[in-house]
This record gives sequence, structure tokens and C-alpha cells, in this order.
Amino acid sequence: MFYREAGQFKSSYAADQAVFPIRQDKIGVILIFLFALLVVPFIATNYWLNSILVPFLVFSIAAIGLNILTGYCGQVSLGTGGFMACGAFFTFKLTTWMPEVNILLIFLMAGFGTALVGIAFGLPSLRIKGFYLAIATLAAQFFLIWMFTQNPWWTNYSAAGVITAPPRALFGDFYITGTRATPLNKYLFLLCFVTVLALIAKNLVRSALGRAWMAIRDMDIAAEIIGIRPMVAKLSAFAVSSFFIGVAGALWAFMYTASVEALAFEVTRSFQVLFMIIIGGLGSILGSFLGAAFIVLLPIALNNAPALLGIRMASDMISHLEFMIFGALIVFFLIVEPHGLARLWQIAKEKLRRWPFPY
Amino acid sequence: MPARLLLSWILGVPLVIVGLGLAFQGIEAVHTRFFFTWGYYLEVLIAGTLQGVMYSLVALGFVLIFKASSIFNFAQGSMVLFAALTMVGLIEWGLHWTIAFLGTAAVMVALAISIERVVLRPLVNQPHIILFMATIGIFYFLDGFGQTIWGSDVKQLDIGIPRSPTFILEEVFEGGILINQFDLVAALVGGAVVVILAIFFQKTRIGRALRAVADDHQAALSVGIPLKTIWAIVWSVAGIVALVAGIMWGGKMGVQFTLALIALKALPVLILGGLTSIPGAIVGGLIIGAGEQVAEVFLSTFIGSAIQDWFAYVLAMLFLFVRPQGLFGEKIIERV
Repeated sequence: MFYREAGQFKSSYAADQAVFPIRQDKIGVILIFLFALLVVPFIATNYWLNSILVPFLVFSIAAIGLNILTGYCGQVSLGTGGFMACGAFFTFKLTTWMPEVNILLIFLMAGFGTALVGIAFGLPSLRIKGFYLAIATLAAQFFLIWMFTQNPWWTNYSAAGVITAPPRALFGDFYITGTRATPLNKYLFLLCFVTVLALIAKNLVRSALGRAWMAIRDMDIAAEIIGIRPMVAKLSAFAVSSFFIGVAGALWAFMYTASVEALAFEVTRSFQVLFMIIIGGLGSILGSFLGAAFIVLLPIALNNAPALLGIRMASDMISHLEFMIFGALIVFFLIVEPHGLARLWQIAKEKLRRWPFPY
Repeated sequence: MPARLLLSWILGVPLVIVGLGLAFQGIEAVHTRFFFTWGYYLEVLIAGTLQGVMYSLVALGFVLIFKASSIFNFAQGSMVLFAALTMVGLIEWGLHWTIAFLGTAAVMVALAISIERVVLRPLVNQPHIILFMATIGIFYFLDGFGQTIWGSDVKQLDIGIPRSPTFILEEVFEGGILINQFDLVAALVGGAVVVILAIFFQKTRIGRALRAVADDHQAALSVGIPLKTIWAIVWSVAGIVALVAGIMWGGKMGVQFTLALIALKALPVLILGGLTSIPGAIVGGLIIGAGEQVAEVFLSTFIGSAIQDWFAYVLAMLFLFVRPQGLFGEKIIERV
């Protein structure tokens, strides 16, 4: 790295296991946060805020959620889209039922609701594992989407079957949803919210609970024998993961698209989030962010590439080529670095630390 | 299969069918909006079973690959789509469908070999989830590739299978039972594919090698079975099964993008039957097909329409609570 951590000796276990054991890392992350908070709002255009930064932040939460379940606890889930839909529709019902309650509380309540749903659909994980479980979670995906499309109650009997975000302010005039919310407001709110959630997640995975998850992931029978209760560990992973995913779904519907139908949370959404954590890195909070950034930016880059290169193509041709390149890139990444971008970052750091020496 | 198990199936299946029928009859007696006659019930059941054979065809491809290489090949659905698109494309060039079939089979073999070379070989020894993700990558790639080459319009694939409905058992039930001839032919073809595969697996040298690889990779390697060749063969066979499935599904619903998504319907079939069992894929397909059709027709009065979307999954999931390895799957034994 361009800095060395020589001379930073730890004198307690607590210091050794801090979130950022190296002082420069801590300062660096704080600087990035301050940059995002104070500088980005002045240099970013509305397009950047609306189409890149907001979806990136929202998907980061979803990716952290799935990473807790799949990356830390080892339970492959393909039901992410369904749980995101839960968050979105719970938020809609709650905020139209109690308009006076602060939207932040509503988001959290929707998250807790989704956590309950997650526990219910996590029950099969006690009996089955691996691919069998992955397919069983598809039951959650299809059942939940069906429930939201079939019952007009969830959309307050709107004719189009669409939920539209009503205007809600975080405080005073600071609107974050609805037509009066500016992209900047949304961005600032999301930035702080995501930072807090990421810190919570990072601390959770360092806790006793997080270590139980990882023990279950590495070998569940061995974990059971050393006294970790699989039921508690697995179901808590499902609950926490669903909470994050539910909140992400609510934010996606309310702050990114502003009006959404249940079909927006189809199974492709589940795959999208799964790609994020695989490409970003399983079992890494940083990886969730990197993966989310990659998957959000890739389609935009692919869409704009022909225009930049001066090639004119029919739009359906572009979308097919986009599919092809997307698939090929996934395979390429998996072959080059199966442990994801987070691992690449780690390798780069180690190389830089020794630089200019090879060993 | 042990005789006792076989007997329980022979007795159990009619019992369940008759029991369900009696239950529906009971519901009809107390519920006014509920429609039930035995003829109609049988018609739905048969239509569902025939549909189930089509699911089995797709599921077979999954099982073949999973047995030989423990790779959960999510791309099977897009292989079905790709095969159907190629077949239609070749027929549109003016080729007779038999020649187009052979040409497409050759394309599928080439595809299988290139997947083995480009994707699987560099990923040997990676965790299963990584290989699974790689097949999702292949899924996207093939989807885009097929539609880039052959276009994305809905195409007709007609190789002369009769599709007029016929009535059977007219003297037993009033109005007879309606059966779609196309479904019947598809079921026969599906059955033929299974028989051919069974003979291939049991009687040929390659088939024995395949089974050896499925049992134990390392042991198979150590007695001199070329693992990579076997993988290429398995993927080719899966590709040709996909082609057959593609012709049948394409003939039924037209060749279009949604064809790739029927793979999702094959997944509950797989876990119901067990990921490693060919008979499991067949029986699972029949159960799922018949079950979801019956549920759609008779239960939608109570819980709303379009339950086909999820019924198969919930059925399979509930089933897994009882038998985590599926109907015919190998018993999962775990050691620390």
C-alpha cells in the first residue's frame, strides 16, 4: 500500500479485532465517507445521482443482506426478489395506513416484517441444504410475487396493480420519497442509512452470532458438535438477511423507481443480487459494495459503449449483445478470480505493500 | 428397485388419485360454485401427466450433468431455447426437419465441447456454488447468443406432429375425455428418450464409464476413464436431450424467449425426484405435472388463479421436509 502499518502494536484483544485494525484504513474510510457526503453532492449531476448512485447504494444493502445469508452462513438463497417485494409492499401498506409515522421507522418496520417472512421460509434450511435449499427458496420467490400480484389489497386496489411512493419527509421539508423529493435528498439519506447498516452488518459478523454463522457455513455438523445450535444460527441468519433485503426492497421501490409493480421483483432480481455477491466476494462486506457497483455500472457501460465507439446498432441487438457480454463476463470473472473483487483488492494491497519487491 | 417399494407405488398412486377425487366430490356436495365430475377430473389428470412428461424431458438434462459432474447446470433451459432456435433457423433455410435435427445435434455437441473446454476445465476443483454461478453465466450468454444470431421473434416449429384433440372412453364418461394428440406424441417421444438413455447407460461401454464417473470421480480416473472426454460426452447428451425438449416445447408454445424459463419449472421436478436419479426425474415430472394441473383447476376457486406459478415449488418443498434427498435421491450421509 502507499502506507505501511509498521509501529501499530495492539495491546488488547479489542484493539486487535477492531473493524479497522489499521489506523490509515480507518482514516481512509472516513475520508471516503466525507467525500461522498460533502463533495459528491456538488459535483454529481442529477443523472449520476438518480441512475447510478441511488441504485448502487440500494443494491449494496441487498447485497450485504444476501451476503450475510449466503456468504457468511452458507445458505444459498434464490428468494431475494421475493423478500425485496415484501419490504416494498409492507412499506407501502404501512405508510398509507399510518401516514403520520416517520418514513424511516416505516422502513425499519417493513424490514422487521420481512425478517419474519424470512424466518418462515428459512425453516426448510433445518432439513435440507445445498442446491435442494436453493430451489426450495425459489418457492418463497414465486409464492410471494404471486401473493402480491393476486391480491389487490396490497396495492390499495389500484387499477394498474402498481404501488406509487407517496410524498414523505424525513424531517421538516426534507422530502425523501414522492414527487417532492430531490435526487440530492435521496442520495444524502441513502448514504447515511447505508453507512449505518453496513456498520451494523460488519459488527454483527464479528460477533458471537457471526462466528456461529461462519461455523455453520464451514461445516454444519462440526459446528453442531462444538455446541452451536444450528436452528438459532440458521434462522437468525435468515432473519437478519431478510431484514436487510426487505429494507433494500423498500428503498428500491420508494426511492429509486418511485412506482413499482410486483413483477419488478421477479427471479431475475434474485440472480442480479446473487451475481453481486459472487462477483464482489462471498463473505465480505466490502465485496458487497464492489459487486453492487459492478453490476449497476456494467449494463450502463454496455449500453453506452456502442454510441461511444461510433457504432450504430438496433436496440434489440444491443440488448441481446448485452446479455451475451454479461454472461461471458460472469464466466470470465469466475475463472480469473472465483473469490471475487474483494479478494482482488486484498491481493492488490499485499502486492503494493511489498512493492517494489516481488516477495 | 425393491419389490416392496414397487408394490407400494403401484398401490399408492391409484389410492391417492381416487382419494383426491373423492375429496373433491365431497367438496362439490357442499360447495355450489365447485365443478367436479370424474370424467373431467381424469381429463385434467391426464393432461397434467402429459405436461409432466415435458417437464421430465427438461429435468433429464439436469440430472445427466449433475450425476456425472455434480454441476447444477442452470443453463439447461437456455440450451433448450438455443437448440430450438437453431432447429427453426435451419428449417427456415429450407432443410428437411430430419437434416435440421442432425445439424442441430451437431451444433449442440460442438457447444458441449466448447463449454467443457472454455468454462469447466478452468473451474475444476472450485466449490459447487462457483460452478453453479458459471452456468448462470452460460445461461445469459446462450440466451443472448441465440437471439443475436436467430432474432427474437416468436417462431413456429412444426415437424408434422398432429395437434387435433381426440376423445377417448366416450362410453364410460359422458362426453368422453379430451386428449391433445400433440401431448400424447410428446409423451411417447419422452418415453423413447428415457428408454434410449437407459439402454445407453446400462449396455454400452461409454455408459458404464459414465456411471463410474457418477459414482466416484477419483476411482474412475484411477481405472483409466478419461474424465474430460466423459464430461464432454455428458454435456453433448444433455444438449441432445435439450434439443428433443426444445422441439417438443417449441412445437407446443412457439419458439421464443420464455422457452428458457421452463427450466425453472424443471427445478421442483428435480428436487422432488432427487438430483441424481433418472427415474426420479420422470416420476417427479409426472407428479408435478399432474399435481399442479389438478391444483390449478380445482383449488383456484378457493385461493385464486395462477397458482401454477408456485404450486410445484411448494409441493416440492413440503415433500423435502419428509425426504430431504428427494424420492429416489441417494441418501445423504454426512461425516465430520
